Amino acid sequence: MPHDTTTNYGVAEGGARVTLDETKTILLVGVGGQGTILAGQLLAMVAADAGLDVKVSEIHGMSQRGGSVSTIVRVGKKVQSMIADPGCADIVVAFEAIEALRAQQFVREGGSLFVNDEQITPVPVNIGTFKMPQGVHERLAEIGANVIDAGKIAREVGSPRSTNVVLVGALSTALPFEVAEWEDAIRRRVPPKTIEANLAAFARGREAALA
Amino acid sequence: MSKQLLSGNEAIAQGAWEAGVAVGAAYPGTPSTETLENLVRKPDVYCEWAPNEKVAFEVGLGAAMGGVRTLVTMKHVGVNVAADPFMSAANTGVNAGLVLLAADDPSCYSSQNEQDSRHYAAFGRIPCVEPSDSQEAYEMAQQAFDISEQFDTVVMLRETMRIAHTKTLVDVNESRTALEPRAYESRPEKFVMMPANAVRRTLVCNDREDELMAWAEETPLNRVEMRDTKVGIICAGALYVHVREAMPEASVLKLGVTWPLPANKLRAFASMVDACYVVEEANPYLENQVRALGVELAEFPGGRLPRSGEVTPAHIRAAFGVADPAHLAAAEGLPPRPPAFCAGCPHRLVYVELRRIKAIVTGDIGCYTLGAVAPFRSVDSVIDMGASFSMAHGMELAGAPERTGRPVVGVIGDSTFAHSGITSLLGTVYNGGKGTLCILDNRTTAMTGTQGNPVNGVTLTDQAARVNPLDVPAGKQLDLVKLCEAIGVDEIEVVDAQNAKEIRRALKEATSHTDKLSVIIFKSPCRLIDRSRKPMPAIRDCHRCGVCIQIGCPALGRDETGHAVIDPNQCIGCGQCAQSCPFGCIQED
Repeated sequence: MPHDTTTNYGVAEGGARVTLDETKTILLVGVGGQGTILAGQLLAMVAADAGLDVKVSEIHGMSQRGGSVSTIVRVGKKVQSMIADPGCADIVVAFEAIEALRAQQFVREGGSLFVNDEQITPVPVNIGTFKMPQGVHERLAEIGANVIDAGKIAREVGSPRSTNVVLVGALSTALPFEVAEWEDAIRRRVPPKTIEANLAAFARGREAALA
Repeated sequence: MSKQLLSGNEAIAQGAWEAGVAVGAAYPGTPSTETLENLVRKPDVYCEWAPNEKVAFEVGLGAAMGGVRTLVTMKHVGVNVAADPFMSAANTGVNAGLVLLAADDPSCYSSQNEQDSRHYAAFGRIPCVEPSDSQEAYEMAQQAFDISEQFDTVVMLRETMRIAHTKTLVDVNESRTALEPRAYESRPEKFVMMPANAVRRTLVCNDREDELMAWAEETPLNRVEMRDTKVGIICAGALYVHVREAMPEASVLKLGVTWPLPANKLRAFASMVDACYVVEEANPYLENQVRALGVELAEFPGGRLPRSGEVTPAHIRAAFGVADPAHLAAAEGLPPRPPAFCAGCPHRLVYVELRRIKAIVTGDIGCYTLGAVAPFRSVDSVIDMGASFSMAHGMELAGAPERTGRPVVGVIGDSTFAHSGITSLLGTVYNGGKGTLCILDNRTTAMTGTQGNPVNGVTLTDQAARVNPLDVPAGKQLDLVKLCEAIGVDEIEVVDAQNAKEIRRALKEATSHTDKLSVIIFKSPCRLIDRSRKPMPAIRDCHRCGVCIQIGCPALGRDETGHAVIDPNQCIGCGQCAQSCPFGCIQED
């Protein structure tokens, strides 16, 4: 099936307005195919509906073939650059644990790091040119990561493919938007048959992040 | 009016459509591809994939000459391919508006270089407009058509990857300007570029340049923003928002038009600030032009900006001596995660064999460029679209196979072959070249996202209707065998790219004789268009030899004891690992 590169969607009119004193930078990192782009779109929808300016920068191209991927979402009163430099991300959400370590320099002092407790072996490790890093959990604990087993939660709610929405639930706890606004974005964005499972995944992701 | 979150490419498609564009033509190329994929979905506009950018541009020029507004899109290196008609069109001008979207890729996120397309605008003396976000992309796409018709010229709309692939909010009108096609009458003095006419057209273009320079001084697309007068920064495109981020107090001359530059406005701006700087990335395009106009630029107090690669707000802060915010150091000792062939990719087994026979591979542009990296490391050159076959011929002329004892094999994909590999093959046959050339026919243009092409017969209109290349009747598809026969290739064979034994036999035969030119068409669909799965094979009594691991399948790994293991989530049951196991331990069910 030729893939669909057209992803524009409208922004709801008259959403409740949220004010942010400063632009917030959210960096989503993972491995191609993990659903970082959908997660970024949900965040962008919520922020835009709340009357904020939004920029979402996606890296396409060579990254599609199982490589590292990243999406930068910046929200605020008036967003200028679409780039997140080291030390500039208020929140990093890593869909994979090695990618969390790879992105650690982007977290600003006092920022949040949510990490999915999953390690996907890169091809260079499989073929023996590199080794898996040791002590990943310890390293994540050292940098203050909030580690969540999003894959397990997604399976528990009966929707293994909703791992990304579990992480969106975790992310939502660090942003000033209402739960109902997130739920509304999920309803509008995911396939109709998967709405209930994704709402459950979102709620469990929030619980896990706040636990 | 509605507010929409659009990428730069989506915004350009929307803007062009509202400007009444009637025809779109392109060859896919990151980061430009989605523009026409969005435009084709709109009513009252016809869009097509051309075999290459030169053809796309010529189709566009013909349509504009014929009287309808036309958009042509391509990536920066595609402009090289289209440069021949582009430079003549710069002389002829247009009839209805013609806009060329050139999408540049600083830092080479998915390209072979980071050339700056604005050099072409200056070279051809055609206006270049540059948006800084999707709202501007939407508006400039419309203004570009007006400029094109007002000054009778091709207009370049130049974007970079960050503009193309960043979604920002756009106020969309959703109202299309209804345009009747412009009258057409033969004007050989304008469009027949034989010497006498070309010389006269150059005089017309001289006058046009003067008019454009006067216009550039007045247009609101070039905007002076006075703030603190200690620092004044000249910038355009994505760099404008980076400058606003990094240096919010600085005065800025934001250039929406980057050819021609507004000389007086630049000089006036420079005179209003204590120190004037140009901030740009990858190429010193603006800097050289601004200096040539006699504007004095200051040295950055914190050291110069990077000479290559994307410039970010952090680079700009550093250049002005502003410290980075505190942050952790980058983690060390992490395994890289480069892109890799998908599980079941039909390119894999061909590279396994090319590696085994130690072939010198002249490669080409596409997913199969990944044959250059571990575990294959089997590609000797990747230069430009279509270079594989012609370079293999050159290697043959240099006597490389005899001197190295290694066969030279040219490797190209189906879409790239249609793009510009056909003429390479023609040149080799015409000149009596010998050797082995492979077409990896995976039935799609995979790297850019499974676009249609002449080989699979899927048009852009078909693609918008979600036609799968595997469902296209043979009569609509380019017959590669007949084409190679017509060109005069000695030996032509079609081989199943999922059959390791057949791949080995075919490559052995082709590379064993030095008196023939062989083309092997390795055929099997890309796994992105053929999503069928078979049961996962079972591994029994693994000898831990690691041979299967070296086919580089993302679904294959080893456990702590060295036994091969298959990841059931990634495995599609293609059987490539089973074919590679020398002991028959991997069994397909």
